[in-house]
Amino acid sequence: MTTREYMLGNAAIARGLLEGGVQVIAGYPGTPSSEIIDTLASRRDRDYHIEWSVNEKVAMEVAVGAAWSGVRSAVTMKHVGLNVAADPFMTLTYTGTKGGLIVIVADDPSCHSSQNEQDTRRYAQFALLPCFDPSTPQEAKDMLPYAFEFSEKFEVPVIFRPTTRISHGKSDIELGEIPVKKPAPHFEKLLDRWVMLPKNARARHTQILSIQQPMEDALAESPWNSLELKSGAKLGVIGAGIASVYAKEALQELGLEASFLKIGTYPVPKKLILKLLETVETVLIFEELEPVVEEQVKMIAQESGILASILGKTSAYVSREGELDISAFLDALKKAFDLDIESDSEKLSLELAPRPPALCAGCSHRATFYSMKKVFGNDAIYPSDIGCYTLGIQSGTVETTLCMGSSISIASGLYHAGEKRPICCSIGDSTFFHTGMNSLLNAVFNKANITVTILDNRITAMTGHQPNPGVGYTVTGEPTVEVSLAELCKAMGVGSVTVVDPYKLEETQKAFKTAKDFEGTSVIIAKQPCVISGKRAGIRRVPYTVDPEKCEGCKQCIKFGCPAIEFDEENKCAIITSLCSGCGVCAQICKFEAITEVKR
Amino acid sequence: MSGRAGEKKLDLLITGVGGQGAILASDIIGKAAVVSGLSIRAAETHGMAQRGGSVVNHIRLGTDLGSMIPKKGADIMLALEPMEAVRYLDFLKDGGVIIVNTHPIIPVSVSSGLAKYPDVEEILDALSEKYLLKAFNADELAYEAGSRFAMNVVMVGAVSGYLPVPKEALLESVKALVPQKTIEINVRAFEIGRRNIEES
Ligand code: SF4
Ligand code: SF4
Repeated sequence: MTTREYMLGNAAIARGLLEGGVQVIAGYPGTPSSEIIDTLASRRDRDYHIEWSVNEKVAMEVAVGAAWSGVRSAVTMKHVGLNVAADPFMTLTYTGTKGGLIVIVADDPSCHSSQNEQDTRRYAQFALLPCFDPSTPQEAKDMLPYAFEFSEKFEVPVIFRPTTRISHGKSDIELGEIPVKKPAPHFEKLLDRWVMLPKNARARHTQILSIQQPMEDALAESPWNSLELKSGAKLGVIGAGIASVYAKEALQELGLEASFLKIGTYPVPKKLILKLLETVETVLIFEELEPVVEEQVKMIAQESGILASILGKTSAYVSREGELDISAFLDALKKAFDLDIESDSEKLSLELAPRPPALCAGCSHRATFYSMKKVFGNDAIYPSDIGCYTLGIQSGTVETTLCMGSSISIASGLYHAGEKRPICCSIGDSTFFHTGMNSLLNAVFNKANITVTILDNRITAMTGHQPNPGVGYTVTGEPTVEVSLAELCKAMGVGSVTVVDPYKLEETQKAFKTAKDFEGTSVIIAKQPCVISGKRAGIRRVPYTVDPEKCEGCKQCIKFGCPAIEFDEENKCAIITSLCSGCGVCAQICKFEAITEVKR
Repeated sequence: MSGRAGEKKLDLLITGVGGQGAILASDIIGKAAVVSGLSIRAAETHGMAQRGGSVVNHIRLGTDLGSMIPKKGADIMLALEPMEAVRYLDFLKDGGVIIVNTHPIIPVSVSSGLAKYPDVEEILDALSEKYLLKAFNADELAYEAGSRFAMNVVMVGAVSGYLPVPKEALLESVKALVPQKTIEINVRAFEIGRRNIEES
């Protein structure tokens, strides 16, 4: 009997790694990839090493070291994480691997939780490496053991690219066996493979080019690509990865006869594409993000003198931005063939209030931002970084967000350009350990007169509360060294380092004033656990309430923006809801002492 | 593995606000569906959108295709919050069933005076014109059951009669997924929600 389980896509991917016999997994959290490691770390019977590394580059190198010893390893990250890991990645192509090595990079079409929507398949092309593009969570799981075998057979790392809708989709999953016997590591000292001196690099470049065709041939035969030719069909559809499923469903709904090529691997299966091109008049290509398949199809058609019309993103039948769905496929068909397909319904005429995500009630970032703004004022410049605190844009203290760790270096650049306004940047604890440390070192070294605020909420919150080097335990909950941010900053040469409790407004504002006046790079560490992870760890605080007798209706507390505070327009009085987590900050803001702890 | 014959297909959309327990609600249904031998696909909101933002979960029972419900494709919408029912209406079929918790959650955009929350009665009137509307205050029912935090389970109970999944399987999955200490409250919440629709 087969076992079926209801699983998150990322849990299915974790399962696929287990079924493939993975022995080392490293990664850096990033939506939508994080739950792969979360899932593997929470298993009880672990016979593998698993870690949250400090950043993606480090994570990749850990996985590489393991794979070079002959064991199967994997590294996980979100799409932009591969930019951080691009340095080892691009040369890894040349060295190749011994044990199977899978680079899992989750793309986020539509930027659900990301700063851009780059397409990892471009990196695969760039690096001359194969890429797997699953169409469902089940396929994602099933592909991974195959991907390990493939990686070992050709001695190359492979990319595995789920998208948000795979990673955060759920499905009934048919499980396979988890192997019990795994190889023992043995690092072979193959210097011409592992030492990329120019002479070795040249030889290895030749090698990777020479296996492109054999890899493509093997992948074309794999179960992840399939061609269904319908006799007499004039339309051909090529669907890649998850987009193939949308296209398939739309065709089924319409009852349209079309030949269908599903693509799940790169380099693309040229033979199958050619077969399709030879039988149809029009090909519609449906793929998430960049026209990667489309460009290949056009090249193949041109090389073979085929005149079929090829429709896709470059001809604007399908959008190159955002994520695809069934409607997007129907729209493309409509446009291509002037079909009469029912359009979307008219919306209700009700005006809706926007509901963007906001910092939680009692989030210490809101308190830190409040004090920061009080001291530095509207005139100052506020570069920031990537994490929950990016939502502080509502507090007016997030004015740049480029990439992980950039706040401090952007602040430095602003200062060195000659900006005379005060500059105060903010960065989370995990982001600081990720790449902010380098930027701080650079700021001190090059004498940037800026204030750096480390929002130390003792966790990597945005991606689901993963540990980092500051918290004192590893991904599996094992105790480890608790790296002190203050000592670290001092060791890097920062002349003014102050640790504050952001819930204490007076103390925090005093520290910000000192930091602002300091000549040189100053650091404020605002230390207070994230309310969510704090609650999980057993922190309980007494909630607060408003005394309607004392409340003057000035709305100062409302302006603070805590979601637990609402305003009763009828009685002209603030009210605190059950969301209150008892941080007590609003009570310090109220000039009329109307807010106090709930009496028990 | 595809197209097991005789399966009942049903597309369900769950909408609400991050923190209301929309994911648990869809997990209860998903797990029960798998136990009952149905294939299922679901899509969820994680990450950035979860922090008190608007969330939408797609649940597709009896399908082996993608997890995203097409526009005008959902048979039923389960709205944990009234304004969030309206936000995703273009996914619901004309004449589809819509079960709404009438208890509003005021977004910061409204409490800070930047936007207005539409009148709940007006929302319900507009919804009942085109759809089969079932509206009630699920927060209050959850309170009756023993905890406001069981609102999501009240709503699962409310939709349970429409699902091609046996009640027993849903109850088993409630028991398996809620915290041990709250099983009794949640079972009561499920029953209250279910009865509330049966009697309406
Ligand atoms: S004490 Fe005030 S600011 Fe803090 S969580 Fe409660 S209502 Fe919000
Ligand atoms: S600041 Fe004080 S007086 Fe003003 S609205 Fe808030 S509670 Fe009322």
